Amino acid sequence: MSVFDNLRVAIGGISSNKLRSVLTTLGVLIGVAAVIILVAVGTGSSQAVESRINQLGTNTLTVFNTGRFGRGAFSGGTQTQEATLTIADVNALDNPNNAPDVKSVSPVVTTSETATYGAESYTTTVEGSTPSYLSAEDYTVQAGSAISSQDVTSHAQVVDIGSDVASNLFTTGENPLGATIMIGSTNFEVIGVLASKGTSGLTDQDAVAIAPYTAVEDHLTGYAQSFSELIVQGRSSSTLNLAEAEVENILAAQNDTTVADLPFEVLNQATLLSTVQSTSSTFTVLLGAVAAISLLVGGIGVMNIMLVTVTERTHEIGIRKAIGAPKSAILAQFLFEAVLLSLIGGTVGVAIGVIGSRFKIVGVQPVIAPYSIVLAFCVSIAVGVFFGFYPANRAASLRPIDALRYE
Amino acid sequence: MSSRRLFRRRDGSPEGLRALPSQGGAPTGSVPLGGRRPVVVLRSVSKTYSTGAIEVNALRRVSLRVEAGDFVAIMGASGSGKSTMMNIIGCLDVPTRGHYWLEGVDVRQLEDSDLSRIRNRKIGFVFQNYNLIPRTTALANVELALAYGGVKAKERHARAMGALCQVGLEDRSHHLPSEMSGGQQQRVAIARALVTNPALILADEPTGNLDTASSHEVMAIFSRLNAEGRTVVIITHEPDIASFASRVVRLRDGQIYEDSRIVPVHSETRMEEREAPPGTMAVSGDLGGGAT
Repeated sequence: MSVFDNLRVAIGGISSNKLRSVLTTLGVLIGVAAVIILVAVGTGSSQAVESRINQLGTNTLTVFNTGRFGRGAFSGGTQTQEATLTIADVNALDNPNNAPDVKSVSPVVTTSETATYGAESYTTTVEGSTPSYLSAEDYTVQAGSAISSQDVTSHAQVVDIGSDVASNLFTTGENPLGATIMIGSTNFEVIGVLASKGTSGLTDQDAVAIAPYTAVEDHLTGYAQSFSELIVQGRSSSTLNLAEAEVENILAAQNDTTVADLPFEVLNQATLLSTVQSTSSTFTVLLGAVAAISLLVGGIGVMNIMLVTVTERTHEIGIRKAIGAPKSAILAQFLFEAVLLSLIGGTVGVAIGVIGSRFKIVGVQPVIAPYSIVLAFCVSIAVGVFFGFYPANRAASLRPIDALRYE
Repeated sequence: MSSRRLFRRRDGSPEGLRALPSQGGAPTGSVPLGGRRPVVVLRSVSKTYSTGAIEVNALRRVSLRVEAGDFVAIMGASGSGKSTMMNIIGCLDVPTRGHYWLEGVDVRQLEDSDLSRIRNRKIGFVFQNYNLIPRTTALANVELALAYGGVKAKERHARAMGALCQVGLEDRSHHLPSEMSGGQQQRVAIARALVTNPALILADEPTGNLDTASSHEVMAIFSRLNAEGRTVVIITHEPDIASFASRVVRLRDGQIYEDSRIVPVHSETRMEEREAPPGTMAVSGDLGGGAT
C-alpha cells in the first residue's frame, strides 16, 4: 500500500460518515483557532500597553514624592516636614558635570482647573513646567509655538493646549491661537495647540494645558516651593539606568540622606516597560494555555471517534487481514484517517484564527504571532498522530478470526 | 527478525518462500506419493479452545494432504470442526499441536506478519457472506488483495480487470457491493481470491447465502478454475455442492472419518464450459436472486 492508497482509503473512511467527521474536525478546529486568536489578543494587548508607555515619553525617569518624611524629619524632635522637590533639586540635577547622562530636567506642578472661553468651559489638567517637558513627554506642537524659557522666567501667562481642550473650547472653528482663555480665574493666552497623543491608560493625554510653572504657581497652585514631580529625560535608553543612579545620588545628597532612605520614588520607564512586558507575556502564555487545553480536548474527540470507527469497522478489518493486509497497513490506514481529520481541523482552524484575529476583541486589536500559527498547526497534526495511534494500533492488533466473526 | 529466516524450515534447510517442498521435506502422510506436489499437508493437527474452564477439542489429530490441482470438499455437520480446519488451512489460526505445511512452509513457526504475507500470496479466500469491503467498487475490492501484496497501481488495475473478466463481471467493475446481487458479489469475491494467483483457493460455504441458480453459477466457476489447474478447497455441508468436487473429506467430532475420491457429477457441464473461450462463460439469464 502506497501513501496514495492509504490516503484514498482514509478519505473514503472520513467521507463515509460526513456529519461525524465534521463534528470531530470541529473540536480540533476550535482548538487551533482559539490558540491563534487568544495568543493574538495577548500579543495585541501587550503591544497596546507598550505603545501607551512609550507615549508617556521616551527615555524618561519620573521622580515623585512618596509621602515619606525627609530632610531632617526626626532631627528636630517635634517638628516634621514633608520632603519636597524644589527648584534647588532641579538645578542640582540639571548639571552636566554631576549628572552627565541627564539630558533635561522638567519640574511639574499639576492641578485640575476649569478652562473657559466665551460660553464654553472644559475641565482640564493644567501642567506647569519648563519647555523641556514637551519633548520629554513626547508632545509636539501642531500649531503656534511652545512655551519658552523666556516665558518661564517672566512668569508669562501663556499656555499650550491639548487637542481636546482646543476642540471643546473653540467649538465654532475659531482659531485658538492668540485667543485668551480663562483657566481658573486667570487669563492665559493660547500660544500653541498640541498634536493629539490619545489616551494613556485612563488619562486623556489630550485634555491638558501646559503653561510655565512659574505662572501656574503664581495664579493657580500658589507658590509652595515644591513640585508634584520631576520629569528627567536621559540621553539614551541604554544609559537610562546610569541616569537613574545619578538622579538618586544627587537627590540623596540634596536631602542629606541615603539612596535607600530617599523620600522620592524614581520611576524608570524602561523598568516599567520590562515589567509590563513580562506581565503581558505571562498573560499571553496563560491565554495560549487555555486555548491549548481546548486543542487537547479536540484531540480526545478525534481519539474517541477513531475508537468508534475501529469498532464499527472491525469486520472490515477482519476482511482486510484475511486477504493479507499486514499489521502495518491497518495501522497506517487508521492513523492516516486520524491525522487527516486533525489536519483538516488544523487547516480550517488556522484560516478561522487568521480571519478572527482581524476583528477587535474586547477593545483589543489582536496581533497574530506567526509562531502561534505554526505551533497550533503542528500541534494539531501531532494530536492526530498521538490520539490516532492507540485506536489504530488496536485495529491493527485484532486477530483476523475474531475480527471476521464480529458483526 | 527477518521474515526470510522465519521461512526456513525447522530442519534448517535454507529454503525460501518460493521453494517447492522436496519429497523428503514435507511429510507425505498416509497419502501415497503421486507425481503431484502437495499444497496442503496437515499432520496430526489438533486445535483446542479453552472457553473458561471447559476445553473444547475442535480438531483431534487430523492429517490431510491436498495436492496441486485437487478439488476437495470438506464436509461435516455444524460443530464437526470444519470451520476450525478452514481457519487453520487459511492461516487465520495456528494449530495447538501438530504441523501444517503450506507449499512446504511450516506455518506454525511463522509470526503474525509472515502469516499475513502467506494469506496474501498463497491463499485466496471466498467467504459465505462474500466479505467485500463496503463502499468500495468491485474493481477496488479485487485490487486490494494486490495492493497489500505491493503490486504497483498500473499492473494492479490490469490484473484485477483480468480477474473480473474470468468471473464474467468486467462490466460491473465500478459497481459497489450494495449495487450487486449476492451471486455477483460472490463472483467478485472469487475474482479477489484468484487475482493474486494463489496456491490454494479456500472457500467457506461459498453458496450458503445463494439461491440454487446462483450457487450453480458460482460452483461452475470453481469447477472451471480447478479444470485450469487451480487447487480448490471448499467447506460445505450441502452434498449437492460437494458433488462438484473430485474428493470429499468428511469430518465428525474433529476427526476425518471418510476421505474418498468421487467423479464430479457436473463434469459434462465442466467439459462444455472448458471449451468456451474464457470470459464468455458468464451464465446467461438473470444473475440476481441472491441474498441481497
